[in-house]
Amino acid sequence: MVDKKRGANWGKIKGFSIQFLPYSEIKNLDSNERIKKILTIILSNNILILQGKLTSNEESRLIGDTMAMIGYIKNFRGIELAVISGNEENGFFKKITKGIADVLAGGDFSAITVIGPATIVKEMKRNPKKIELLLNR
Amino acid sequence: MAIKIFKNFFKRVITNLFNSKKEIKLGFYGPPNAGKTSLANRICKDFTGEEIGTVSKIPHETRKVQFKEKVEISYKGKKMVFKMIDTPGIATKIDYEDFLKFKMSKKESKERAKEATQGVIESIKWLDDMDIVVVVLDVGENPYNQVNITIIGNLVARKIPVLIVANKMDLKKADIKKIEAAFPEYDVVGISAKFGDNLEEFYESIFRLSKKI
Repeated sequence: MVDKKRGANWGKIKGFSIQFLPYSEIKNLDSNERIKKILTIILSNNILILQGKLTSNEESRLIGDTMAMIGYIKNFRGIELAVISGNEENGFFKKITKGIADVLAGGDFSAITVIGPATIVKEMKRNPKKIELLLNR
Repeated sequence: MAIKIFKNFFKRVITNLFNSKKEIKLGFYGPPNAGKTSLANRICKDFTGEEIGTVSKIPHETRKVQFKEKVEISYKGKKMVFKMIDTPGIATKIDYEDFLKFKMSKKESKERAKEATQGVIESIKWLDDMDIVVVVLDVGENPYNQVNITIIGNLVARKIPVLIVANKMDLKKADIKKIEAAFPEYDVVGISAKFGDNLEEFYESIFRLSKKI
């Protein structure tokens, strides 16, 4: 199923969906709106794959809001979260170039953020170059 | 932003004028069960005779921010005074059913889970108030956990000096290299808070970091 307005739904697996969110969907939102949008998707039993990544401050606010919801939303236990950057540039000039490209593009498009409800995702294991999702049965 | 910088500068000038011994706020952050309270207890016991909090194998034993003021640490003839701030472990999920495995009742488990979530929120709020932070990681766990990266990212954004401590080096399969590889830009000190191993290197690093404030 494809929803052109919201980004592509890659498929429906038993009990939940995987939703891809292009960075353009959150680029013009402020931090509060971004976190609200993400949590709305997660609370609908979706695993979210977000192009780009949140700032550290936004990540900690996401964790804080998640904690505030546990115990108030039925069966919600929190989230699993992992971020992977595609291009980890090591040279000084490569880092500067990447930084400028990120500013011009409005975000780090080489990064991917995966967020899932803890009731569905048992664990996310991140190693430098990959993310593994272990799902609950 | 400019106002905040001016306020911090003014605060530092006034503090230095009127305090002969400035109390440095030293925070202990990290995921649950990494050994934050064990380390804070070790330091507080050594220099004040009293511990800061209780420890347990059950995760989320520390569920409120705990303090110990005027902890004067002496190392190689140097002395510095710290306010130790031990924080609840930060996690992205808390399930009361995990506590049932430790033979807690359902009621106790739910209460612990509720307190733990509030503890995480409190921990995050206190990030703004630290002078230096020690991020305590369990050397047996995956260092690439997003919680670790988020905590360090927040400290960097706030320009707070960070020391990473690889705890539980007494374990047989302890390998500090994984943590060093995950965070190559930071000082990593391997210790055992339980047995008090390598605390000299820890204190040396803390004193060095204190000069960056």
